[in-house]
Amino acid sequence: METPLNTEVVTVYKRPASLSRTPTHYCPGCTHGIAHRLIAEVIDEMDIREKTIGVAPVGCAVFAYNYFNFDWVEAAHGRAPAMATGMKRVLTDRFIFTYQGDGDLASIGMSEIMHVAGRGENITVIFINNAIYGMTGGQMAPTTLPGQKTTTSPNGRDVEMQGYPLHMSEVLSRMDGAGYVVRRSLHDPKNIRLARKAIRTAFEAQKRGLGFSMVELLSTCNTNWGMTVQDAMKWIEQYMVPVFPVMDFKVSSGLDGFKA
Amino acid sequence: MAKEFLEGNFAMAEAAVRAGVEAYFGYPITPQTELLEWMSHRMPELKRTFLQAESEVAAINMVYGAACTGARVMSSSSSPGVSLMQEGLSYIAGTEVPMVLIDVVRGGPGLGNIAPSQGDYNQLVHGGGHGDYHPIVLAPASVQEAIDLTVLAFDLAEKYRNICMVMADGSIGQMMEPAELPPMRPLRTTTPDWATDGCLGRDPRILTSILIDPPLEEVFNHKILDTWYRIIGNEIRYKEYYLDDAEYVVIGFGTAGRIALTAVRNARAEGIKVGLFRPISLSPFPFQQIEQLAKTAQGILVTEMNTGQMLEDVKMAVKGRVPIEFYARVGGIVPYPDEILGEIKRLVYEPKSPDGDPRQRWMQRIKDGVITLS
Repeated sequence: METPLNTEVVTVYKRPASLSRTPTHYCPGCTHGIAHRLIAEVIDEMDIREKTIGVAPVGCAVFAYNYFNFDWVEAAHGRAPAMATGMKRVLTDRFIFTYQGDGDLASIGMSEIMHVAGRGENITVIFINNAIYGMTGGQMAPTTLPGQKTTTSPNGRDVEMQGYPLHMSEVLSRMDGAGYVVRRSLHDPKNIRLARKAIRTAFEAQKRGLGFSMVELLSTCNTNWGMTVQDAMKWIEQYMVPVFPVMDFKVSSGLDGFKA
Repeated sequence: MAKEFLEGNFAMAEAAVRAGVEAYFGYPITPQTELLEWMSHRMPELKRTFLQAESEVAAINMVYGAACTGARVMSSSSSPGVSLMQEGLSYIAGTEVPMVLIDVVRGGPGLGNIAPSQGDYNQLVHGGGHGDYHPIVLAPASVQEAIDLTVLAFDLAEKYRNICMVMADGSIGQMMEPAELPPMRPLRTTTPDWATDGCLGRDPRILTSILIDPPLEEVFNHKILDTWYRIIGNEIRYKEYYLDDAEYVVIGFGTAGRIALTAVRNARAEGIKVGLFRPISLSPFPFQQIEQLAKTAQGILVTEMNTGQMLEDVKMAVKGRVPIEFYARVGGIVPYPDEILGEIKRLVYEPKSPDGDPRQRWMQRIKDGVITLS
């Protein structure tokens, strides 16, 4: 006698409701797509899609708002934290987050990011650090590694002339207003899972009113780095992680017992 | 409400409160700081939002964020601070969210000084930020008018989803005079149908100033130009004094217009048939009204506290029909009525110059010692 086939379909993986169906404009292999998905999964999990407003940056993620299924605004270069402040102050029960690259956050927007952290503004920042300006075609960023070649540091970043990379998580975590500041990486499945937990925790910090929360995500720019996708992932592990250690810098005691 | 003895900066702040402002973001700068200070205790007292930003750059972007939620929101500053806000103002214009900005203008360029000036006319009326847009700009000449125009500014900003500015100057901001505040309005109870306040029970919304596809940007530019023509059609404001039988017309706005009124009254007492035209909406500018005046007047005197920024607009309206003379005190100096009276008499009694540059003639008179600056 034959055993009947089990025809029940179990869905183990699907598009998060918080992601739109719009195909992204990102280069193949770029980790923006992964970061977007992780954020969407967290917003679904917390069931806050209708209470969340994203603030898009200037840079490759300028069109991030097209890829999510909730309200967004688009900020001027570097000003997303100020815009998020204005929104959070009048809509205190909404979840407000910015999505910013390294040029946006650590160069032109340095003043705004320092002060939202200092004020303990109850917003979440997703900081994409790929050590280069992506949208404008591969110029030196404030997080470009010493010796790293870009179109404006063609012989490699010379620290004597062009200074050193900025360690934003380290700096911002020292602010009294910071409730949760961690660095994660998107270069392999294990780190991606840890990044998701960190994003979940950052939004939890906002939910609990613990002040400024930020997840820095080490990300690839295989196009402007001039690498294959696989090599770019390895490059993060080999060169970026030693300069930008993947670790927790500040975890408020208000998160004690919370498990993402 | 009875008249009270009120300082301009305080009066504009409280007028905004009573007009239902829900959020204020600003940064200290003389001579508008009292406005910020008043808001710092008044707004929290009413459980509304006040935040001292880290810069004018941040303040205007906080305004931008709050405006996107549909909140009634404002900032205030003075000239150098408004320069810093121009980036944000352009984005706000490009997103069509309403907001109010009060500029208590001081002497410039650069750090300049903290004395009254009208040197921001071009910055507010003709420019500022990048791209094609037009803010509404209203110029009060008294504390009472500063109150009334602040209230109006919110209504106009929301009616047209447009930036509305009140261009005061250091003297309007700092002086005290009797004025009446409006009654407290109830706060907004509805949210506009474009606001990004969380997509509860509706489709998501996006507020952005980026239109990467040039044809879409062209359509958007046409759209805000259409809005601007509606504003021109409905919102031109000015005040006329003694113009019914006037042979000569003085044109001045704000404090310069107010001082010119005293000069006009004194000239009338001497039998000179002169009147005053005082633009209140500098943007949209009353071109047609001035064109009409130019048809009957024998001469026009433009007086400002800048080097002739509005003069250019008056010339455009007058189209060379009638001689124009110009008189100004600049760099933070306020003219006396007698200085303007002297210029009215020069216009009336001396040979007229039908062409040439009124501003150059004014400068030449200073260099020649014909005008002595007190």
